[in-house]
Amino acid sequence: MKLHEYQAKSVFAEAGIPTPDSELASDVDGVVAAAEEIGYPVAVKAQVQVGGRGKAGGIKLVDDADEAREAAESILGMDLKGYHVDRVLVEEAVDFVNELYVGITMDRGEGKPVAMVSTKGGVNIEEVAEEDPDAIAREHIDPSFGMHPYQARKAVYDAGVDQSVARDVSSVLTTLYQLWDDKDGADAEINPLMVTADDEVIAADAVMNIDEDALFRQPELAEMEEEAAGGDELEQKADEYGFDYVRLDGNVGIIGNGAGLVMTTLDLVDYYGGEPANFLDVGGGAKAARIANALDMVFSDDNVDSVVFNIFGGITRGDEVARGINEALEQFDEIPKPVVVRLAGTNWEEGMEILNEDLVTVEQTLEDAVQRAVEYAGEVNDQ
Amino acid sequence: MSVLVDEDTRVVVQGITGGEGKFHAEQMMEYGTNVVAGAVPGKGGQEVSGVPVYDTVHEAVDEENADTSVIFVPPAFAGDAVFESLDSDLDLAVAITEGIPTQDMARVNKRLSETDTRLIGPNCPGLITPGEAKLGILPGNIFAEGNVGLVSRSGTLTYQVVDSLTNRGIGQTTAIGIGGDPIIGTDFVDALELFEDDPDTDAIVMCGEIGGEDEEEAAAFIDDYVDTPVAGFIAGRTAPPGKRMGHAGAIVSGSGTGTAESKISALNDAGVPVGDTPEEVADHIEEFLS
Repeated sequence: MKLHEYQAKSVFAEAGIPTPDSELASDVDGVVAAAEEIGYPVAVKAQVQVGGRGKAGGIKLVDDADEAREAAESILGMDLKGYHVDRVLVEEAVDFVNELYVGITMDRGEGKPVAMVSTKGGVNIEEVAEEDPDAIAREHIDPSFGMHPYQARKAVYDAGVDQSVARDVSSVLTTLYQLWDDKDGADAEINPLMVTADDEVIAADAVMNIDEDALFRQPELAEMEEEAAGGDELEQKADEYGFDYVRLDGNVGIIGNGAGLVMTTLDLVDYYGGEPANFLDVGGGAKAARIANALDMVFSDDNVDSVVFNIFGGITRGDEVARGINEALEQFDEIPKPVVVRLAGTNWEEGMEILNEDLVTVEQTLEDAVQRAVEYAGEVNDQ
Repeated sequence: MSVLVDEDTRVVVQGITGGEGKFHAEQMMEYGTNVVAGAVPGKGGQEVSGVPVYDTVHEAVDEENADTSVIFVPPAFAGDAVFESLDSDLDLAVAITEGIPTQDMARVNKRLSETDTRLIGPNCPGLITPGEAKLGILPGNIFAEGNVGLVSRSGTLTYQVVDSLTNRGIGQTTAIGIGGDPIIGTDFVDALELFEDDPDTDAIVMCGEIGGEDEEEAAAFIDDYVDTPVAGFIAGRTAPPGKRMGHAGAIVSGSGTGTAESKISALNDAGVPVGDTPEEVADHIEEFLS
């Protein structure tokens, strides 16, 4: 779960990381009022969860009320890479002499958290990582102990951060790690961490991703997630249902259990000349209602022309799946889109007995099921 | 005949009184697995399907000589359950639970390096030696005894590939689902080493997916160490880039690894053919064995 910039900044500020003065606004007058209060120049920043906001016109620096009004009018309501902008952060523009990068993430290869510091902040840090990996100092942390103070200092000195701010940057890094640890962070980043002419450091951006699996013990952050909802309508629906769902450009709807098997089904749709409309993993042990929800999801996508259901049961039971499919389809007078079902594994025979074969096309193998669904989607296209 | 698990394995099921724990403990026993105990705090003295339940794993070890644990404990408590199994000096712990917080697993991972217990999972289907025993939730009926070792990051994909093999009369020595989480116990390299050293395993299937660098590391290991022929499969060729990869996660290594392409080419360079479909993987294995 990714926090919005304004949410992450409030979490960082509360922990003691210096952040610029800022205010959230959702209409033009509100933007101007906030700007007047903070004092020009200010930055008007779209609050959507995509990278490259600046380049896409989602961040504007303004010097007076007219410019603030203009920026607010152009940014509020805009479509930024598919996301509707309904809120902006109005923020004090910081006069800086240097931009640093600091971040904490889980290094899955090492199975340990890693702290990262670079003097090449303010730019696309992924590009720096790719082209000049040595420009990022990395320090692995023992998760059962936490970050030793010397480790923060070492990362800062290894990165070549100027002596005059080294102490403050170490302190920001230590706080960032503590936050990451306390809040079940997946990533916590500041890019850029600006350095002013007076040797002050200030977090000009804030990124905080929370481990979804740990939200049960982060009730405050879980509330923020509800507040942050936005973006693609179907993906919102998937969130409500609690599915792993990714919308794609094709017309073959795909439902399966287990990420690896669902991805394989996508790959096979592509292999047999079709185009996947989505990735939808119902997860392990799905009961009938969940299966019905999955079908509802895929039917809600207008691009979908056919649906392939690929279930290989382990913890998931074929009889439950069949009940869910029946439940979802029996409510229609006419099935909206052809559904191909392939059931294997735990209780598949019971499932086949329960499944109402008047409503679906049954195939025995994955290959046959995918080919049939691709064929159906093609026929619809030809009409 | 097998790696890690056989008919002599003495299993304690952590969480045996829960719905999934009970169902799958019964399925394991039906398959022939020697389930000797359950462990659930506060439920000591009860019995589940004829199996005595203890409050702690330590008791199950003392009273029933359990040497292996299978964990069906809800995510909030599962990290602690894995710690308990590691501190009970078991040979093997298999964590089925999906959704354990990553930071909990990082702490488990640290402890793991200080013990002799081997961990499989979490978020995995477990492992099976066909005809002898299964640990976890794999559907036993699709497996057959034979000479192919299988290791996979995805549970259901394991079933799919095994189905393709079994339908052609190709059986398995042991199939291991290592789990797809960012931090897991046994990884591809560990499993490949076990199969390479197993005289009864004549070919190996390795099923990977996009994300992380485990497949690339496995490819390097195969190149250096593995003589047994290996066929591979990588799921996620059509997955849109950037959808599943974390932001800062991508800059840890600072290189273009983790994509299906990078994994497939690393495996190919190590002499491992990678199938476009699960059936093609079975084709390769058939060739190896003929």
